[in-house]
Amino acid sequence: MQPLLHIEDVYKQYGDKQVLDNIDLSVRKGEFCTVVGPSGCGKSTLLRLILGQEQPTAGKVEIAGEPALLPDLSRGIVYQRYSLFPNRTVLENVMLGKTLTQGQWWNPWYRNKAHEEEAMAMLAQVRLTDAARKYPHELSGGMQQRVAIAQALIMKPPILLMDEPFGALDPDTRADLQVHLLELWEKEQLTVFFVTHDMHEACLLGTRLLVLSQYYSDDRGDRHFAGRGGKIVADHPLPKVATSREVMHTDAFKELIEQVKQEGFDPEYLQHVKDFNLKHPDSFQTLLDAEYRR
Amino acid sequence: MKRPAMLGLFAQPPRLLNVVLALAPFVILIATYLIASDIRLADNPSDKLLPSLQQMGDAIHRLAFEPDRRSGDYVFWADTLASLQRLAIGLALSTLVALIIGLNMGAFNGLYSLGNPILTFIAMIPPLALLPILFISLGIGELGKVALIFIGVFPIMTRDMALSVRSFPREQVVKAKTLGASDLAVVYKILLPQMMPRLITALRLSIGSAWLFLIASEAIAATEGLGYRIFLVRRYLSMDVIIPYVIWITLLGFLMDWALRLILKWRYKWYEQ
Repeated sequence: MQPLLHIEDVYKQYGDKQVLDNIDLSVRKGEFCTVVGPSGCGKSTLLRLILGQEQPTAGKVEIAGEPALLPDLSRGIVYQRYSLFPNRTVLENVMLGKTLTQGQWWNPWYRNKAHEEEAMAMLAQVRLTDAARKYPHELSGGMQQRVAIAQALIMKPPILLMDEPFGALDPDTRADLQVHLLELWEKEQLTVFFVTHDMHEACLLGTRLLVLSQYYSDDRGDRHFAGRGGKIVADHPLPKVATSREVMHTDAFKELIEQVKQEGFDPEYLQHVKDFNLKHPDSFQTLLDAEYRR
Repeated sequence: MKRPAMLGLFAQPPRLLNVVLALAPFVILIATYLIASDIRLADNPSDKLLPSLQQMGDAIHRLAFEPDRRSGDYVFWADTLASLQRLAIGLALSTLVALIIGLNMGAFNGLYSLGNPILTFIAMIPPLALLPILFISLGIGELGKVALIFIGVFPIMTRDMALSVRSFPREQVVKAKTLGASDLAVVYKILLPQMMPRLITALRLSIGSAWLFLIASEAIAATEGLGYRIFLVRRYLSMDVIIPYVIWITLLGFLMDWALRLILKWRYKWYEQ
């Protein structure tokens, strides 16, 4: 089966700074893929490349076989901030995609009952029907993020990208939304690509956990590790449990956290590229001879 | 601990004190004038430099409520109407152009490369230096005056608009694209409505300079208008007309600013958040 998201030999440089270094990744439909890594590992950059907001310096990024040139309907996005349009009510925000694609967006008096009902149904999904007529600034941070999820999901994007969507929320709201997102994922059969810097969140949510990190070693000489761009240093398949936070108290979970902490977040622990823990069946690696002299 | 009422970084003036503080400079200014006027008039009753309230009131009553002997016009109102009309047309044109050009220039990088250098250049021309050219080429009628206001105001408003669009969160544009928006839809459905409050703010800041250009052009060539009247009666040292006219102009400017602020507050509640 063709993977939904396919990334091969992707590099990204800003000036002299190597941000992403030979990234290979293939994600299949239905996966809840979480990406975790220390700050500066390039996880937001990777997301922008998948989104088509930026182009890689080299390599290819494909969505369902098509190169990701510009942001479009094939990917939905939920940001930590700025996902909602502050001048529109909650209902208008959720309905916007429908108006833009199937309605007369240029007509300020355009109304469509069917779109409105669909948006209300979507709002019911995220349990926010009461807030339909409110403006985003009248909502709490958690409610805003739920609206943002509804706004993206109404277009049924083949893949939903999330950039630290719960990063600005307090711990309770955050836990609430994590469970909620898992329920949605299960019910709607979503494919999610979720970027976070929170290891617990990444381990809890994902069916596949990617660790992106600049802390590794290879055979490209004794350049200091800081000069190397982020790479996928670990790729864990996770059991599909979902909808419960109980799992966080098990020993296996704690062990996984420790492992991820060492693999990705410890600047002293430099695994060699040939020893990366890439256990996921979809995982692949195209190392250059320079990186690994056999 | 109680906060001090007036002094210090953490002062919390009570409501009444706030009002008193706000009014104090006005009261002092007016009182000083009245005293000075009294002293001069006591010395020489035909002094024209600092007219009393009575004299100013008489002068304005004559201009506002008695028809002019020659033309039959109520001069004060005719002046006001003429000036406001020029100001409104000049500002409306500037705002419209700033919105359309600024929005597209800010949104489309190609148009920005095309428009920004020339606009920066035009904005650097002192508009008053263009006044003779405008009067020569467009005549001394309404067109020349409106054109001066337009040329003085629109480049700055347009640049402000373009820069605001460029500093707009990129996320919103990307978000709209992932919801299926076309480029035009992004500009006119997403950016335009969110830029309106910014445009109103730019307009508020431009009112002052628009008045400057209006008065300047009226001073040089006109047959009516607030600026024209001030410069006309200057010949007779008619401070009893000039001072009320200046206060009236100030008041009009203040009212425009206030009206725009109200629109901003009522219509764009989400903006300040």
